[in-house]
Amino acid sequence: MTDVDISKAATAAVGRPEIRNTGLLRQSLSIAKRNLIHIKRMPEMLMDVTIQPIMFVLLFAYVFGASIDTDSPAGYREWLMGGIMGQTIAFASFIVAVGLTADLDKGIVDRMRSLPINPAAVLVGRSMSSLLHSSIGIVVMSVTGLFIGWRIRGSFLDALLAYALLLMWGFAMIWVGILVGSAMRSVEAVNALMFATMFPITFLANTFAPTDPMPTWLRVVAEWNPISSLVQAVRELWGNSPAAPDSAALPLQHPVLATLIWTVVITAIVAPLALRAFGRRTAT
Amino acid sequence: MPRSDFRRDRDESRMRLSAQTSSVGRMSSQPAIEAEDLVKHFGDTHAVDGVSFTVPEGSVLGMLGPNGAGKTTTVRMMTTLTKPTSGTARVAGHDVVKEPAAVRSSMGLTGQAATVDELLTGRENIRLIGSLYGLPSAYIRSYGDELLERFSLTEAADRTAKTYSGGMRRRLDLAVSLVATPPVLFLDEPTTGLDPRSRVELWDVLRGLVKDGTTLLLTTQYLEEADQLADRIVVIDHGKVIAEGTPLELKEQSGKAALVVTVSHADQLQTAAGLMRDLVDEIHVDESARQITAPAEGLRDVHRVATAFESSEIVLDDLGLKRPSLDDVFLHLTGHRAEPTTEEEATA
Repeated sequence: MTDVDISKAATAAVGRPEIRNTGLLRQSLSIAKRNLIHIKRMPEMLMDVTIQPIMFVLLFAYVFGASIDTDSPAGYREWLMGGIMGQTIAFASFIVAVGLTADLDKGIVDRMRSLPINPAAVLVGRSMSSLLHSSIGIVVMSVTGLFIGWRIRGSFLDALLAYALLLMWGFAMIWVGILVGSAMRSVEAVNALMFATMFPITFLANTFAPTDPMPTWLRVVAEWNPISSLVQAVRELWGNSPAAPDSAALPLQHPVLATLIWTVVITAIVAPLALRAFGRRTAT
Repeated sequence: MPRSDFRRDRDESRMRLSAQTSSVGRMSSQPAIEAEDLVKHFGDTHAVDGVSFTVPEGSVLGMLGPNGAGKTTTVRMMTTLTKPTSGTARVAGHDVVKEPAAVRSSMGLTGQAATVDELLTGRENIRLIGSLYGLPSAYIRSYGDELLERFSLTEAADRTAKTYSGGMRRRLDLAVSLVATPPVLFLDEPTTGLDPRSRVELWDVLRGLVKDGTTLLLTTQYLEEADQLADRIVVIDHGKVIAEGTPLELKEQSGKAALVVTVSHADQLQTAAGLMRDLVDEIHVDESARQITAPAEGLRDVHRVATAFESSEIVLDDLGLKRPSLDDVFLHLTGHRAEPTTEEEATA
């Protein structure tokens, strides 16, 4: 079987097919498709958007549920859902970073860059598959939520807007992922860094506990945490929480607008840094 | 496979190609690969420090040098992956800095580690790269199957590359690089980490490609590999070209052939040495190897010495002419050996 047929191989260079530039979208889709085949081959890659958030939902709902007081009409479980969704979509950065570092590390990115394709296709393809990956998490959690009594109590359009905000947030997080993925040299380093930063950042907010009982300084930090705006917006749009009290920080008073501003600001700051880090990483 | 089939294949391919021949004909006036005074600095490190070479169309250039000599950085500049600090390079006539897209369309790259996607099957790997080249999917399917067959991967085509042996991965890597039939191929240490048998198989595949007109630039730490495959060799060390020529020219540069006599019994070594001293100007005795070495002009010297030993009592294991290996060449040029030590290889 290992006998290589030389005479046949010799004809390889004779015919030259026409190379066509199919454009960024098709090229990105090819790469995204490849990333999705990875998920198909290793379904355990989806644990971070399936088992883990379900576990969080159940743990928080049943362990803390009894002792945390919220002003949600249907109690803590319903209030919790917006928080968990916010955290899961923030972890989209994690998914991008891990995938990108692995590809950089294994030389896959270099191989792609040596092809006559738009150089952005590697990043766009990675972003597409990561957003889909995170979206699976949002769907899984919505279903889990329905089982434990979570309901959308707002209008259909508001509910849709909430999901759209989550996706937008995921888009901003992709840049964080590209930055971290380009800067870190191994998947282990990405894991360590992301655990050490994304976990505290997503907890130091209104995700799992209301902010008003917090000490003042902590409350200010938590309420200005961009993720709190997203979570508050999603909760309000789903009718899971009344509007933030007057004492809350400014972003929570206008959570939808604040979320839009935060995503634009985060993207504007992180995207150039991410592209520079990626450029530097691949240029050496 | 019967020879007639092979010829028919070739003839058909020629006919398919007839429209392109005129442009190919024009191309042949210029080298397929050209580097002029390429320099790459990373901070204070001068990874590549003024490298120039040309590779005529259809020939093989071996870039020989130890780890860290600047080979990979040179290839990365030639393949548009990194920009030169200064200097120029052209691939199939296209400037790597000014026309990177044209360069990428005319070359294939097989990197140092086999960069196949482990979670994709062999067939999926080819399909992915083929679709990125924008090739029609029907073409990718049929030509992909052909490539898989050529590289003896048909049976493994639908298994993930994770399950492949090192040799199979390299072959798949090469098959993937060939899906768009690039006229120029860059191979960065194509056989590093392969067992000797897989290495020889890969050499055969590469020879086949060259026979049909592909221009190759391959980097290697293995002198034997450069000797086996390359038409010309550039020896590179500390980012500079320290020697250039055909394998034979390089060998001749580093000295003459040597006559080596190995005696069977250690106690006859001194007698043999005495006998040789009368016949040649200068000898070197290696007691542990029971060997006597002397510079030799050619077969006449061999004959003279052999006749003398024949009429003596001394029993010989071997008598012969040894040409300097490229290893000797490297040692001669740089003062250190090119081949990685076993420990280096184990950690690589």
